Amino acid sequence: MRIAIASGKGGAGKTSVTASLARVWDSPLVAVDTDAEAPNLHLFLKPRLLESMRAGLDVPRLDVARCDACGRCRDICRYKAIAAFAGKISLFPDMCHGCGGCFAVCPHNALEVTQRELGVIENGDALDGSIHFLMGRTRIGEAMTPPLLRQLHARLDALLQEAAADALLDAPPGVSCPAVTVARDVDMLLLVADPTPFGFHDFQLAHQAFRPLQKPLAVVVNRAGAEGNADGDEAVRAYCRREGLPLLAELPFERAAAEQYASGSLLADLSDAWRQRFASLRDALRQVGREVSHA
Amino acid sequence: MREIVVISGKGGTGKTTVCAAFAHLATNKIICDLDVDAPDLHILLRPEIKESHPFISGNEAVIRSDACIACGQCAELCRFEAVRQKEGSYSVDPLRCEGCGVCAALCPQQAIDFPETRCGDWFVSQSRFGLMVHALLSPGKENSGRLVSLLKAEARNRAKELGLDTILCDGSPGVGCPVISSLSGARLAVGVVEPTPSGRHDFGRVADLCRHFRIPLAVIINKADLNAAEADAIAADCAEQGHLLLGRLPFDPVVTRAMVQRQALTEFDNPLGALLKDMWSALQDFPAGKRQA
Repeated sequence: MRIAIASGKGGAGKTSVTASLARVWDSPLVAVDTDAEAPNLHLFLKPRLLESMRAGLDVPRLDVARCDACGRCRDICRYKAIAAFAGKISLFPDMCHGCGGCFAVCPHNALEVTQRELGVIENGDALDGSIHFLMGRTRIGEAMTPPLLRQLHARLDALLQEAAADALLDAPPGVSCPAVTVARDVDMLLLVADPTPFGFHDFQLAHQAFRPLQKPLAVVVNRAGAEGNADGDEAVRAYCRREGLPLLAELPFERAAAEQYASGSLLADLSDAWRQRFASLRDALRQVGREVSHA
Repeated sequence: MREIVVISGKGGTGKTTVCAAFAHLATNKIICDLDVDAPDLHILLRPEIKESHPFISGNEAVIRSDACIACGQCAELCRFEAVRQKEGSYSVDPLRCEGCGVCAALCPQQAIDFPETRCGDWFVSQSRFGLMVHALLSPGKENSGRLVSLLKAEARNRAKELGLDTILCDGSPGVGCPVISSLSGARLAVGVVEPTPSGRHDFGRVADLCRHFRIPLAVIINKADLNAAEADAIAADCAEQGHLLLGRLPFDPVVTRAMVQRQALTEFDNPLGALLKDMWSALQDFPAGKRQA
């Protein structure tokens, strides 16, 4: 089963939950960091990275000798990556989305395929070699994250073909292309809800964004029971009841947990109680997965 | 005109909390929430919406099944795996469609429509801290970078019309398209960083992005006492890289309390509010933070 851990709001606790679930997972697992703009899972799982592959996007390069400036490439490009000045074609590969339209329409084969570097995909193992680890990392200055994420998914497919395993994917924040690119290719989504006013608002946005995917959704509340925020905790619970979202666990707000995180350590390693919370969450996730596959 | 953008790399470090305080303190400004994916500033500012506009951006391919002869060319051309074949008929998965239009332009039967898509809404509002431009991307929709650019253009126009000299922007997490659009044309970035491995790592990436675009960076270390050694390391990074360190804020439940009461930290008496006031005045003395005559 592939489970994405997502949230809407950044800082809700996606990485903490993913890392601690990985710690207590007791069957073959690939932990994947798909938050390629701000990847953090490696800081907690401290993997051995064994392989690094550059991820690139096919973009055009002009062979001036073959080009007769007919302008068809410019006409099909919707991303302002091709312009015509003074009867000459100019390319702006940074703007290219890699749709391939220009290659398809050029009557003279005047466009060659070259690559724009999107970032890197790295893989290795973690937790004393007990789990596989995979991550994407965008190049600084690169605006497009989804094509790198598609390649990361392909790499995960290949890994899971080699050896069956579950996969936990630490998802990007937000509700637009990067988050949806990750969410649409998993079997199930675990939403991490921060019960503050900001967190609850963004949690609802995430639910609205992911509901149309028609995947099983489950919720874990992080930092429940913060002083003065009882209404916020109850708002998340009421929303889950109303929307039929299974609320699998509430992780308590504790300064010790914040310090554990700040030191780069796993919440599951903080105490027996914390370890048990994640073991129960793991079991509850599997239960939801089983109910879905039997439905 | 000075344009100040609050960023962080990592989400949840306190961008919106800082931005709300600065929005309270700044005079003669327009406020702009550029976190169009997950905007939160309006939760504190409770603005009254004065204008609402649809955000139409991009297009989406739709195959007309009555005209389609199932030649499959669209599926071959599509580089986004958006064209799906099921029982001999083709359709486009709107969640995968990039809106490039290649399938529609080249379909031999002209059987693919290419309507414009509404990706969200944007608003001009009045808040107790002044005029505010903000938006909401429809959940799951694309073009957040374009929406950010649109909001900034709108904020600049309004500021010019009204003679306002500051644009204060709340940015989004990450380093990708919406953040790049947010920083475009900015005079100064304010980075809110937390002293955690994630916070420091992601801040390093967004600091690199600022350097890439040659935008000066001022830094606030939030929740600084959670890991004093890491906070010191961030302070040392700032000194080494030439960023202005505005100061440190302690981890304090007052932040959640203020949020629950829908207040900026500077609106009532508390130690964090006082620190934020000092930081805002320090920012006025920073060359990039100065108002232009």
